[in-house]
Amino acid sequence: MNPPLIDVRNLNVTYRAGGQATHAVRELSLSVAQGQTLAIVGESGSGKTTLASALFGLLPSNAQVSAGELLIAGQNLTHASERTWRAVRGRTLALVPQDPMVSLNPTQRIGRQVAESLAQAHGRRYPGVHADVLELLAEVGLDSPALRARQYPHELSGGMRQRVLIAIALAGNPRAIVADEPTSALDVTVQRRILDHLEQRVQARGISLVIITHDLGVAADRADRVLVMKAGEAVEYGAPAQVLATPAHPYTRQLLAAAPAFAETAPPPVAPTAAAGSVPLLALDGISKAYRVPAVQGSASHFQALQALSLQAWAGQTLAIVGESGSGKSTALRLALGLEKPDQGRVRFAGQDVTDLSWSQFRPLRERMQLVQQNPFAALDPRFTVFQSVVEPLVSFKRLKGAALAQAAQRLMEQVQLPASYLDRLPRELSGGQRQRVAIARALALQPQLLLLDEPVSALDVSVQGQILALLAQLQAELGLAYVLVSHDLAVVRSLAHQVLVLRQGQVVEYGAAGQVLGQPHSAYTRELLGAIPGQRAAARNGEQLLERPAPMAALRRAQ
Amino acid sequence: MPVISDTLTPTWRPRGRLLRLREAAWPLLRRPGFVLALALVLFALLAALAPALFSHYDPYTTTPAQMLQAPSRAHWFGTDELGRDLYSRVVHGARLSMFAALTAVGLALLCGLALGVVSGFLGGRVDALIMRLIDVMLALPGLLLALAIVTAIGFGTLPVAVAVGVGIIPGFARTTRAEVLRVKTLPYVEAARLGGASWASTLLRHVLPNAWGPVAVLATLDVGAAILATAGLSFLGFGAQPPAAEWGTLIANGRQFLITAPWVSLLPGLFVVLVVFSLNHIARTLEEAQR
Repeated sequence: MNPPLIDVRNLNVTYRAGGQATHAVRELSLSVAQGQTLAIVGESGSGKTTLASALFGLLPSNAQVSAGELLIAGQNLTHASERTWRAVRGRTLALVPQDPMVSLNPTQRIGRQVAESLAQAHGRRYPGVHADVLELLAEVGLDSPALRARQYPHELSGGMRQRVLIAIALAGNPRAIVADEPTSALDVTVQRRILDHLEQRVQARGISLVIITHDLGVAADRADRVLVMKAGEAVEYGAPAQVLATPAHPYTRQLLAAAPAFAETAPPPVAPTAAAGSVPLLALDGISKAYRVPAVQGSASHFQALQALSLQAWAGQTLAIVGESGSGKSTALRLALGLEKPDQGRVRFAGQDVTDLSWSQFRPLRERMQLVQQNPFAALDPRFTVFQSVVEPLVSFKRLKGAALAQAAQRLMEQVQLPASYLDRLPRELSGGQRQRVAIARALALQPQLLLLDEPVSALDVSVQGQILALLAQLQAELGLAYVLVSHDLAVVRSLAHQVLVLRQGQVVEYGAAGQVLGQPHSAYTRELLGAIPGQRAAARNGEQLLERPAPMAALRRAQ
Repeated sequence: MPVISDTLTPTWRPRGRLLRLREAAWPLLRRPGFVLALALVLFALLAALAPALFSHYDPYTTTPAQMLQAPSRAHWFGTDELGRDLYSRVVHGARLSMFAALTAVGLALLCGLALGVVSGFLGGRVDALIMRLIDVMLALPGLLLALAIVTAIGFGTLPVAVAVGVGIIPGFARTTRAEVLRVKTLPYVEAARLGGASWASTLLRHVLPNAWGPVAVLATLDVGAAILATAGLSFLGFGAQPPAAEWGTLIANGRQFLITAPWVSLLPGLFVVLVVFSLNHIARTLEEAQR
């Protein structure tokens, strides 16, 4: 029997900083045979990326392999020289990096960057390089490769850039590909297409694949074996069916429970239906908005962000707006907040027409509607303590001062389930999930009736997402808030929404009660979005029927 | 809001600003290079405020019998051609030199910050107009601009300070504008606006404090540059006139004795170099600490 392609035995990686040693990877063993797919799952900080760097011999200078062995294609590379590593990288092992937005050189054309890695593998004087570049670009599924090869990275979408990165990884004809969170920066539908494609390429070439991800759903769908990491240690290692069905470690169970795709989401409690004749809290009537774009020859000078959008949000209920990036969901929020003015249509808040209000006329309404922003890492002033951030709206509206302010801050922290001692901390001393809680506390400070949630969990780890969503559901039950939730992730939407509105390129695809839209979708687009939720294949394989509706795409693929 | 009874005294109270500052400053004070640089700059500042603390000789008393003596225990920096104690003259010279440098930087900071904030915050035509003016100023060589201003408004320490200050306004305006542009689009500024804060308070509470860092570093750096520039202009004879002790004038005076009594020029020069070097080091450390 051939030795496994990647064989890691009791690997330990240690970082040294300021006289202290941090063990990023501890006693980790794994093996990947030719043609196998391994998924490494863990939260941020669990050591996944350190492990990937170790596989490529690219550990930073303050880190070292302190014990254990690393064998690639039968060759012991634990203490290999840079020269030996260079022969391995790209040819035996290739990397698909994490962020397609920054992983391509912005000053070079796509074709040149692919050619560079071809030249690495085949030598400088390599006659067929241009033909091979085009062939590779076609192979990763880019339309009109001849055109793409002449373009610069900024002219390509995120999904296209990720495909280029896959082409670069394939250029050296490697025996295994390591993909480090290959799609976490992309929309769900794009994510599925890319992963499908990667899987297909890998199978066609008979090479191995190591997927590093924080999403257990992705791992369970694609891998032959799953390795779950926590704090540098492997807590679970086995076939996905086994890991999902009988998780041995509590951490895996916790991850499973947190992943929106696996969570047994009871649909949100039925909100009191609005009495007949009452007005919705927020209503958009036939809103259209177009943006001017810099004139480029042969393209439209206007970009229609939204077209004839109508929606209503009711007290105590959640309206979810779902769509890919560029579908106009954020524009809808900005219009509702009065940050932008619509070209057509009216915006009403609690029956009052607010479309043409000036900023100062709008100001009193801000006490009643608040925004929770997408990225908790930028939503808090780095110089403000949590206390200052949380009470800022109260100070701005001159509601409270002195001891009463400190009291209010403590009550808010209680509401978002953070200890009061955190009020002294600065944002950089908090984790992503904690920051998002602070941002929610700030939005709650004025006791608003309506919260606008702009992708509230998309920047967070899967396990933290579940906690934030649970908090939001609890707050809604306690305070009777209305939510407008914007998300690209239907798994997130499912646990909160009473009504769902699906947007595509500024147009309403589907709008109705959540059970109906998610249960019996009318449009093909909604079905595609639903099919893209990771984790369904594995769930179906396990016989766990998590969705009321059979996922046609997943079923189809299973049959193949 | 319900009235809070005394039994519900908060278990938590906001922590003082001073404590926070101490926490931020402590790691810096553990760097020997930084402490040394800080001590030297503080010495120069104290010398400017109370020169008598550090020297016992009168900087203007001439004792021709002791002219051009080499550095010794009695005269640390030696004496000049009229027998005046050079160390005393350097210490007393700090007053004029530091005054000129700080005035120059203060003026540039004030104008640069105002121009940068207005430009970055309002944008549009105002921004274009201000930035083109700044471009014109940047196009002129600094020393030439300073010479032109001094010639126009007269000789002396204050005119030199003003001339140097005007020359470094563009840098401040540009840096401030770039930072304001960066900060004002950040989500937390939008959050503050949506939380009901006015533009003015958003500007003061969020934009300025977060844009301030690189400007403060530039200011520290420019104090050093301003000391050199004022000394340079004094050397050329535009600043303080001879009997007055000023660093540039001191260095200029020693030119005639460079071969026979090199310390008359070199030791004050060395002192200026050390002060400027210290300021640069402090600026660098602060810049690194921000990251």
